[in-house]
Amino acid sequence: MTTTLSSPASSSPIDLEGKGQPFVDKTFRWILFLCLAVGIIFLAILLTYVTIKGWPRLTPTLWENMPSLRRPATAGAQSAITGTLWVIGFTALFALPVGFLGAVYMEEYANPTSRFTRFVEVNIQNLAAVPSIVYGILGLAIFARALSLGQSVITAGLTLALLVLPVIIVSTREALRAVPQNIRHGSLALGATLWQTTWRQTMPAAVPGMATGTILALSRAIGEAAPLLLLGAVTFISFNPTGPFSAYTTLPIQIFNWTKESREEFQVLASATIVLLLVILLAMNAVAILIRNRTQKRW
Amino acid sequence: MSTALAESAAGGLNPLRQTKPRYGEKVIRGILFAAAAVSIFTTFGIIVSLLIPSVEFFTEIPVTEFLFTTTWTPLFANPQYGVLPLIMGTMVITVIAIAIAIPLGLGSAIYLSEYAKPKARKVLKPTLEVLAGIPTVVFGFFALEFITEFVLKPIFPGIQVFNALSAGIVMGIMIIPTIASLSEDAMSAVPAGLRDGAYALGATKRQVALRVIVPAALSGIVAAFVLGISRAIGETMIVTVAAGLQPNMTLNPLEGMQTMTSYIAAAGAGDVSTGSIEYKSIFAVGMLLFIITFFMNLISIRLVRKYRQAYQ
Amino acid sequence: MSETMSEIHDPQPPQSTSDLNNTGRMDVSAVLEGAEVPEAVSNIVFDLANVQVYYGDFQAVRDVTMQIGRNEITAFIGPSGCGKSTLLRSFNRMNDLIPGARVEGLLAYHGFNIYAPDVDPIEVRRRIGMVFQKPNVFPKSIYENVAYGPKVNGMKVNMDDLVEECLTKAALWDEVKDDLKKSAYALSGGQQQRLVIARCIAVKPEVILMDEPCASLDPIATAKIEDLMKELAKDYTIVIVTHNMQQAARVSERTAFFTADVDANGVRHGRLVEYGPTRRIFTAPHDPRTEDYISGRFG
Repeated sequence: MTTTLSSPASSSPIDLEGKGQPFVDKTFRWILFLCLAVGIIFLAILLTYVTIKGWPRLTPTLWENMPSLRRPATAGAQSAITGTLWVIGFTALFALPVGFLGAVYMEEYANPTSRFTRFVEVNIQNLAAVPSIVYGILGLAIFARALSLGQSVITAGLTLALLVLPVIIVSTREALRAVPQNIRHGSLALGATLWQTTWRQTMPAAVPGMATGTILALSRAIGEAAPLLLLGAVTFISFNPTGPFSAYTTLPIQIFNWTKESREEFQVLASATIVLLLVILLAMNAVAILIRNRTQKRW
Repeated sequence: MSTALAESAAGGLNPLRQTKPRYGEKVIRGILFAAAAVSIFTTFGIIVSLLIPSVEFFTEIPVTEFLFTTTWTPLFANPQYGVLPLIMGTMVITVIAIAIAIPLGLGSAIYLSEYAKPKARKVLKPTLEVLAGIPTVVFGFFALEFITEFVLKPIFPGIQVFNALSAGIVMGIMIIPTIASLSEDAMSAVPAGLRDGAYALGATKRQVALRVIVPAALSGIVAAFVLGISRAIGETMIVTVAAGLQPNMTLNPLEGMQTMTSYIAAAGAGDVSTGSIEYKSIFAVGMLLFIITFFMNLISIRLVRKYRQAYQ
Repeated sequence: MSETMSEIHDPQPPQSTSDLNNTGRMDVSAVLEGAEVPEAVSNIVFDLANVQVYYGDFQAVRDVTMQIGRNEITAFIGPSGCGKSTLLRSFNRMNDLIPGARVEGLLAYHGFNIYAPDVDPIEVRRRIGMVFQKPNVFPKSIYENVAYGPKVNGMKVNMDDLVEECLTKAALWDEVKDDLKKSAYALSGGQQQRLVIARCIAVKPEVILMDEPCASLDPIATAKIEDLMKELAKDYTIVIVTHNMQQAARVSERTAFFTADVDANGVRHGRLVEYGPTRRIFTAPHDPRTEDYISGRFG
């Protein structure tokens, strides 16, 4: 008889099931899933709650009428809507050029190892994590008081612009970085200057990324209330802004004002305004996702 | 086709020399530089606008009284400026918040990073991003109207309308996306080789996650925690709406309390005359807040750099 | 460090060619098609005297002395990492884009030092064009690709005529004339490279530098480009870096063979070994290293 390979220790067929700790593993997995579920369920409850509570006031009066403390039944949020538009308009006006051009400098012109470049980068990282109310303090001290711009739309725009500037710079830099180097080289090799190359080739190619970054930044700005508390938005405003130096209020601030009121009708109004605000933000982010999906460049 | 030679035939002058200096390019470069420098102006502005009034404040109120006494009554006839109640309020709410955010955030991150199938991930991750995009005033409203009313009152019948617990809970949930996404970044930076090697040795997902991935991504995860804490400390709207505006030197989360941020908000929104001591107190508290969050952010950024370098 | 050299256009290493087959001396006389030229260059366009190229402290190319002749095709050949591309890029000052790069010695264009302090690199690049290893067409239409160079250089021309003329010269007109508005990305690799050539000649350069232009193309596209090169040489001076010795033998009148010295630390420095008429280099090289490379004994 030829020698055979010694048979496995157990005479039963090979057992791949093993003993393991399936119970512990399964439980662990469920615990993790629960962690995630808590956040998601919370979100669902929040959205449901504000929609149900605000439902009675989700009517055109919400945007057709002005706020009123004496007649809650007919109060609306028009001044907050227009105020938000004015403030965000100025925020974009200040933040977008500075953010885009600053990012262009950092990505295309600056020497990556110079001390100035590193200093700016560290600055931006820190600024991104400063509490928003500190920006309000900055706005109060410098724009409202020192520059005498007062508690106006333009002060709010400048303050929020500084707040979202890091977001725009970071996302624009990423968009520029995604443009392949050889496109720039091709342009320069034809005798174009660095600015011609940047303006005519690099930036146009980076537009989708810049657009999504812009939307992200402006969504953030629309939802901000803390800095504006220090900039006069809290006073009761029942008119649309008349100009850059006009007093104003915004949607988050109006929500805040109504929340502070004890009467139930104002809680309902606040809910309805919250729904309005969330719908606006949802629409903006949907646009951003659309842009991202439509423009998958094949380099 | 050789136009160049015709030009150089004039002898002497280098045809490649600059005929006119490119002023346009220089101007453009200057503008771009200025745009990049705005961020430096911002930091400088923050520091200056905090520093000057704070220094003036501390010439009237000694730093020791500010930091170590326990009565904060700036609006009374005989004002007291001990900031400890505000710090206490901030701390209580922050502790509640991160007690929720850290386990749930890390758990979510591990689930998304190690367990979730790509299809599920595509749905679940954006949901967290939606949570992150909700304005904080909305969270404040929800804390006051729903959490206190329908969740906490049944459990703690004697709870005050304004209380730290609901603010802390809601804040905790709000911070989950921050901790989850940063932790997940750290975990996905762990080289596939480490993961695969552990699986090849017969480890289960749980063992790989807990014994390999999390330790490997630890500095990034800690960075996430630190950033989460910093966010909790700096958050304003939730506490202003839901935790009340009464300074309260207590550890009882069922009571309302004022934090550093809600003091700044309340005092700043009110009518304070420039130059008065209450006006300057806003900046003193703001300075304290800024210093605390600044150092936490510094630590967090350092930790992120550490894990990024380790796997580059 | 060898990464830095090819950093400028593409991190892809050059493809190895099939004719380095170590089977002893390879007979290239069959493919020698370039005209017979005398040893000395008669009509000098570029005059190099002791040219060295540094990246910071690292000397990438050592001591090159040579002349490039007008309306000739000159080929740079040699193994990877011996500075051929680096040297080529110093002809049109594209090395300026790499921080820390500098050129020592004299690199003269029609007798004038290209690196003199008063020289405008933008003007240099207009006169000395470049075609890169991977076709780097702009993400714009075919028409806009060709029109870009003249536009940024402020050339006052009838653009439609110029575009047609250049596309014809680049042997691409018939294939694209029906739809010039089509995106350049819709073209095949070979067509894109011809578009790059058309774009290059639109700014009316005197010299065309080509850095492994056929490296990413199939043999049929390669043959088209080689035929194009020989046509273009009637009007332009061409310098081509190539890994394909047979290509060098097919198209060039003069060939320069480079190799890399490895110093005590194992760092490679590029050096010009031999330079002369292509026919002589491939049939009777003076230097044994040249002969080794050409016969495929190493490389």
